[in-house]
Amino acid sequence: LSICSRTVEPLEYYRRFLKENCRPDGRELGEFRTTTVNIGKCLRSITTADGSALVKLGNTTVICGVKAELAAPAVDSANKGYIVPNVELPSLCAERFRSGPPGEEAQAASQFIADVIENSQMIVKEDLCIANGKLAWVLYCDIICLDYDGNLLDASVFALLAALKNVQLPLVTINEETGLSEVNLKQKNPLIIRKHPVATSFAVFDDTLLIVDPTAEEEDLATGTVTVVTDEEGRLCSVHKPGGSPLTGAKLQDCITRAITRHKEVKKLIDKVIKSITPK
Amino acid sequence: SVSPGDTSVLAGLYGPAEAKLSKELPDRAALEVLLRPKVGLPGVLERSREQLLRQTCEAVVLGVLHPRTAISLVLQVLSDAGSLLSCCLNAACMALLDAGLPLAALFCGVTCALQPDGTILLDPTARQEQDARAILTFAIASSERKVLMATTKGSCSVEEMQQCLAAAQRAANTIFQFYRDSVRRRYSKS
Repeated sequence: LSICSRTVEPLEYYRRFLKENCRPDGRELGEFRTTTVNIGKCLRSITTADGSALVKLGNTTVICGVKAELAAPAVDSANKGYIVPNVELPSLCAERFRSGPPGEEAQAASQFIADVIENSQMIVKEDLCIANGKLAWVLYCDIICLDYDGNLLDASVFALLAALKNVQLPLVTINEETGLSEVNLKQKNPLIIRKHPVATSFAVFDDTLLIVDPTAEEEDLATGTVTVVTDEEGRLCSVHKPGGSPLTGAKLQDCITRAITRHKEVKKLIDKVIKSITPK
Repeated sequence: SVSPGDTSVLAGLYGPAEAKLSKELPDRAALEVLLRPKVGLPGVLERSREQLLRQTCEAVVLGVLHPRTAISLVLQVLSDAGSLLSCCLNAACMALLDAGLPLAALFCGVTCALQPDGTILLDPTARQEQDARAILTFAIASSERKVLMATTKGSCSVEEMQQCLAAAQRAANTIFQFYRDSVRRRYSKS
């Protein structure tokens, strides 16, 4: 009779569940946790931000606030605005994150989000330009994790997408005589979002088993992770496999097909939430 | 140091050495990667690349043979003319080989650029990278040519990704042959 304790031998404990094709929290290997999303001011996400969203993926809670400011475009790209994402993992979300300068995980996540925005072209920087060479929008996207229970990247991308869909930019005109900008707060237009990227993360166990949407415990025990970002046309915006156990091309293909299915579910959820908050 | 074309990266490996108490792991070696760009201070991009390199190296280095030690890999970019990440990967692997660390497999870095017309270019120059629709970098392991690390820039279709992966796996053979030749040359002199 072997007694496997969750704290003493976590890997053995997990292996017993994986043999039966399920996980300790009752999910199947390919099942996602319940996803809930709160968008916008009327649902009390962030009232001071131009766009905000709160996403819960099981216990992982991520909030995204988008603030729009005006700035002069860069000299070499006079018709482009800026999008500046920043992912923060404050010490309140998990005990392994200490307060102080952003750690490697936060910086890598920020870079990942910046890459996803760039690769998927969800917001074209030319759309953010108001006057060529003089004025453009800067969108500061702050993604803060409030509770870390694994799968940060999926939740962050989802929160970013939901928050951006919620952003309303006021109309800005440049006064011809004075050369100053005039902001018309009464007239607001939504941001043009061309693509809707959705991230799906997998954890690799013992070099062979792939499980979807890992919790923090599963991520610690996993031998590798894969994140696939797809858009609505089934195109790959990003395949992010930062090291970890080697995978064959076929296994990678399996991940991609599952990511495409997940995209459809997430898109439906976002559309439902957006429809429920637009006043008609 | 490794230089395909004009891209040049210098790699220095230190270890297994004594680790600081805060960083030591009880059952395996703690791997640390530092990537220094040619100009400026390391920023968020370098941090994310360091994470990619670190996890790739952790997957091949048999860290369990050296518990409570630290292995530091320092990479200095000498010149960048395209395919920088795969150059760093190759430099890292050769440094691991040179240091004589126990490895489960070798790995090599291959960059593929997808041109707007659909052709696949391996090891693109900076110019080709700029014109490309998508750039995919893979770290291919020497055992069964499995994928150790994958990063993409730009978007592509699933079939195109599979084609790039197949091309990268074929190119990996050339790179592993280069490793063998370099090591043979180094040890035949002394």
